[in-house]
Amino acid sequence: MPTSSFRSSRIKNKIKREEVANKIKKAKRQDKLQRRLERAKIEANDPAAKKKRLAENVPRTLDNMREFDPSFLTADPSSSTQTSASTSTPQNPDDSGENSFDETAADISNDPFAYYFTSEDDPTVPPKVLITTSPKASKSTYAFCDELVGVFPGAGFIRRKKGKGFEMGRIAGWAAGRGYKHMCVVNEDMKKPNAITLIHLPNGPTAYFKLTSVELTNQIYGHARATPHNPELVLNGFVTRLGQTVGRMFQTMFPALPEFQGRQVVTLHNQRDFLFFRRHRYAFRSTEKVALQEIGPRFTLKLRSVRKGIPAVQNFGNAPKPLEFDSGENDGDPKEDDDDTSPPKVLPPKQDEYLWSWKPELETSRKTFFL
Amino acid sequence: MQSDDVIWSVINQQFCSYKVKTTTQNFCRNEYNVTGLCNRQSCPLANSRYATVREKEGVLYLYVKTIERAHSPAHMWEKIKLSSNYSKALEQIDQELIHWPNFSIHKCKQRVTKITQYLIKMRRLQLRQQPKLVGVKKKLDRREAVRERKALSAAKIERSIEKELIERLKSKAYGDAPLNVNETVWQAILDREKRGDKGKGLADGEFDMVDDETDEEDEDELEEEMEDEWGTREFVSDISEDESDGLSDLEDVADDEQSDEEDEDEAFESESRENLQPKSSLGKRKAPSASQPKSPKKRPDKKAKKGPRVEVEYEQELETVPLSLSNW
Repeated sequence: MPTSSFRSSRIKNKIKREEVANKIKKAKRQDKLQRRLERAKIEANDPAAKKKRLAENVPRTLDNMREFDPSFLTADPSSSTQTSASTSTPQNPDDSGENSFDETAADISNDPFAYYFTSEDDPTVPPKVLITTSPKASKSTYAFCDELVGVFPGAGFIRRKKGKGFEMGRIAGWAAGRGYKHMCVVNEDMKKPNAITLIHLPNGPTAYFKLTSVELTNQIYGHARATPHNPELVLNGFVTRLGQTVGRMFQTMFPALPEFQGRQVVTLHNQRDFLFFRRHRYAFRSTEKVALQEIGPRFTLKLRSVRKGIPAVQNFGNAPKPLEFDSGENDGDPKEDDDDTSPPKVLPPKQDEYLWSWKPELETSRKTFFL
Repeated sequence: MQSDDVIWSVINQQFCSYKVKTTTQNFCRNEYNVTGLCNRQSCPLANSRYATVREKEGVLYLYVKTIERAHSPAHMWEKIKLSSNYSKALEQIDQELIHWPNFSIHKCKQRVTKITQYLIKMRRLQLRQQPKLVGVKKKLDRREAVRERKALSAAKIERSIEKELIERLKSKAYGDAPLNVNETVWQAILDREKRGDKGKGLADGEFDMVDDETDEEDEDELEEEMEDEWGTREFVSDISEDESDGLSDLEDVADDEQSDEEDEDEAFESESRENLQPKSSLGKRKAPSASQPKSPKKRPDKKAKKGPRVEVEYEQELETVPLSLSNW
């Protein structure tokens, strides 16, 4: 009966079939176990063999098969090991990488966030962050905003005003006039927060994120209590130029100098374009081990678009500008009604200028990532 | 041959394609209907003398039909442009429909009012920025939810945070007298650095150990690793006595904590610092009991292999535990 082409699935009797199949399965399992044990025994005497096996036997993941992006930053201090690993795998000519690095370094040092790293202000003073919601927000969004206020040391929540004329861009202009450095608008859909618009003031950029898997602090089991100390920041895996922009945007939302005695760490971990936000309290247990306890909240962001300036406000109702004949340069927008702000008045543009926006057709393969 | 009564009897009793029947009343869908209702007075088909107001691209027109033109449908309706000024338009209606039944005049004026109002509203809405509505893409959401889940599991967030923090600690990013580090641990870091200068081989061995910790491994493999480490440690301790002694003590503590990583990970901060001492001594008791059920067979083998050394370990641990905790 047991010919060469024996298959347990051919057995007609169900009970017998199961029995035979289980037996085969068990034999396979045992065989595998034996092999593993043997290998373990060999490697116990020979640690070099184990090291060799581990070095060779690297699983292929989406992360290490990532498609090469010309805007990869090669020598990057913030994301050290992962960056170098992921950039060295694609066919990256060294010389061009060097050149582009110089260029991108210069580019980065001139981006809108550069003031944060060069300014002489007191580094412990947190930058002011305005947190508000979309119009007609509901309870869950307010709860989430409360959590956000707890996360950013310089944050303040202001309810979105009812009525017309309170467009995002206009509010951003007012906030910039009052010394806010960031504005964060939590959008709501189906009575749940579903997106976040981060606006860097006064001149942009504006990033729009999809917001998912929000877990508030009290939903996290065994969470710690937050203290008002300035947290440390861990920004993991921001590799490309776009990723750097996002990472720096988040960095500028926190004070430059953390208060280490608080032992709080805020993490924004980028994995496959998903930004995982976490906040922990840590304790060094030994030279190799850190104990972490989550404080919360946790949520996930996914970048949808980056705009150059603050959000546009299209006020079609305004009277057209009077004709001008001399002096070729234009200063842009007609004046609005806010006259009490400080001299550098910020006016929203008329038209959005998108630096990047996600489209399904950009994802040519599952190994393409943008951040 | 216009006969209003015949037409109305057909419409009313039999069939009219413009008629919309509802439970309460009937409506009319004819564009020339001045009220929108289906009744004898406002039926544009069954009235040979009829007037209505229509709007085309923001301009109001008064449409008038009389019995004299009933024989030529192409010219049936007289189209009179109304003024964009509301009160003038009403006056115009009064003039055009002089001697007409009150019903027509009144309904036409009502319709002018209504159309003017909706035109005003339309123009006002056009000026203002409306929120952009975006469709919900279920398929995309589902796909991204799955990818997010997979990315989260690939991220190993806690481990990468731990790695980063250790990196910062070792690179002295926290300064020379860090506020966030336990004194013992900090001393260990400093010692390690000092020793790293003296003997490189030792440092290599140490770093091997670090690497192995970060990997995910079976417990038996880990234990074997640790035993390898014991071997190297013994070898190194001969180089300089006093330093290595203190260090090995510390490392014992470290190893001990590694063994009950999982236990301690979850709830360490919930208890206050004062409670830490009894708690970690609890963990101390736990450590053997936790490891025993997992690998009861392997322990005796190893002891048989390297019997005396293991006993030395235990002695060291007992000594050093209070030492490490005294600072907390």
